[in-house]
Amino acid sequence: MTHASDLSITPSGDATGMAHVAVPGAIDISHGPILYVEGVSVSFDGFKALNDLSFTLDAGELRCIIGPNGAGKTTMMDVITGKTRADSGRLFLGQTIDLTQLTEYEIARIGIGRKFQKPTVFENHTVAENLELAMKADKGVWATLFNRLSAAQREQVQAMLARIGLRERADILAGLLSHGQKQWLEIGMLLMQDPQILLLDEPVAGMTDEETERTAELLQSLAGRHTVVVVEHDMGFVSSIARTVTVLHEGRVLAEGSMDKVQNDERVIEVYLGR
Amino acid sequence: MGPLTRLWGARGWMLLGGFAAVTLVVIPLLRLLPPDHALYLSDYYVLLIGKIMCYALVALAMDLVWGYAGILSLGHGLFFALGGYAMGMYLMREIGTEGQYQSHLPDYMVFLDWKEFPWYWAGSEYFWLAVLKVVLVPGLLAYVFGWFAFRSRIKGVYFSIITQALTFACMLLFFRNDTGFGGNNGFTDFKRILGFSLAEPTTKTALFMITGLFLIGTLLLCRWLVTSKFGRVLAAIRDAEGRAMFSGYNTRDYKLFVWTLSAVLCGIAGALYVPQVGIINPSEMSPANSIEIAVWVAVGGRGSLVGPLLGAGLVNGAKSWFTVAFPDIWLYFLGALFIGVTLFLPKGVMGLRDSWRRSKS
Repeated sequence: MTHASDLSITPSGDATGMAHVAVPGAIDISHGPILYVEGVSVSFDGFKALNDLSFTLDAGELRCIIGPNGAGKTTMMDVITGKTRADSGRLFLGQTIDLTQLTEYEIARIGIGRKFQKPTVFENHTVAENLELAMKADKGVWATLFNRLSAAQREQVQAMLARIGLRERADILAGLLSHGQKQWLEIGMLLMQDPQILLLDEPVAGMTDEETERTAELLQSLAGRHTVVVVEHDMGFVSSIARTVTVLHEGRVLAEGSMDKVQNDERVIEVYLGR
Repeated sequence: MGPLTRLWGARGWMLLGGFAAVTLVVIPLLRLLPPDHALYLSDYYVLLIGKIMCYALVALAMDLVWGYAGILSLGHGLFFALGGYAMGMYLMREIGTEGQYQSHLPDYMVFLDWKEFPWYWAGSEYFWLAVLKVVLVPGLLAYVFGWFAFRSRIKGVYFSIITQALTFACMLLFFRNDTGFGGNNGFTDFKRILGFSLAEPTTKTALFMITGLFLIGTLLLCRWLVTSKFGRVLAAIRDAEGRAMFSGYNTRDYKLFVWTLSAVLCGIAGALYVPQVGIINPSEMSPANSIEIAVWVAVGGRGSLVGPLLGAGLVNGAKSWFTVAFPDIWLYFLGALFIGVTLFLPKGVMGLRDSWRRSKS
């Protein structure tokens, strides 16, 4: 595995109580999980958005996270990606990388990609340029000043355009894409970063049924190579892709398991499904 | 795609070549004619065009931060003035003992009854040190200011207001006699630069040509920057900073880099301006001056480089005519122009050109 080499992460084996031969910057998944969220709390003006939230993600799994409005789904993503700082608790990528010590761009470079709830692409750049900008590369100022796209990189952009079905639209401004196409472009941009973990906030919002179906296929094809976390309201979509579902409620995990198990959980039915 | 065609197409290069020919060949040749010749270009026009080229340089610097990075500075006049003062200190030393009081000190220091130069005037008699200060003083100030502002994620109108306050505060500082830069009179009555008399027409022509060279060089540099991946990252930060950050870009570094570079370019413009115009005083730091810079860029069209060049030329051309013909209404005209452009021409003169091209095709 190669990871952002400009990051020097101090080994934090003590945090997990394990002695580790840590490779700085490399994600150590020798114990299975790739992401540990342990007792994380965040409050805004007294409102507890996350309340002692704990869960783990296994490398390569596809996880759906559901929960009523205000359950803390987006805040959870904000905390993992460094946008919001946790008041307490621990966040580890693998055994050794303490995410609470890193900034947004460092977390992005080390392998966590994030799609926003509202599709966010660079509207005044062409579709191909969007992918080029997201592509894994040295993203420092000097590197971009003298950067020239190599043939292999051009190839990579072309391949991604085909994968997200936007080859015909490569040279138009991203702002002119339809809502669903923007969602795909943003997912394509995440994939160009070659992340270990993809966090997708409502990836099928505003999509037609056909688009939703194709997105489901795309996400399922990613599992195994990437760890994918999907936050979604569309229960049909969730049950079509989910192997494991985590239900959040009031900033903590209410239930976790297969879709069947979760759907039949009394507490889930009470707070979320409202039956 | 070659490195040259990346910058401009054939027409763009021809326009640039034309501009270079006029400023570096035609005008200097016209200056060689006898002064009573009909085509002789008088000192007045050389100064006017030279001044406008300095402003155009500032407009380019402003377009980099505002047009491409979305950072509206209302304090760019400060960096221009600091570059001017750095050059002005050297020019004051070049006067030698030919001042009114025939002292080795500048007249205002004699007037204040100072017996020697303050410590920060040390080395000001060296031209190379002046050149270094022209770059470093605005550059360092911008770097430190930007470091704090961007680290605190100050953006948009808040950033603009702070830059405005910064230039205002510096103006008040430079107005004080005790600051040691000539108070409200600033520096003037320069005699020489590198031993050449500033009153000589050939010196004026040479300064004019150097300014032209710097303007062309800066335009090339800016164009190279904005057509590189760096330029695309800047625009990405302008349009969706969050997405850029979560794509792995340290947006603070990018903003700091372009902000500092822009300030340095303004400093250079100021240093070219002062020997031509022959005076620098704190009014260059007035908030209105900095706002005017933003007007040039808005009139020409943000994010196009060429637009701001045109904007600086048009607005200052209009200004030099207006302030003679109708001195009282110039500021009203400027204000109306800004409002008009904002309301009807969001892309400035360049936007007009684009829509004209579209209607033709």
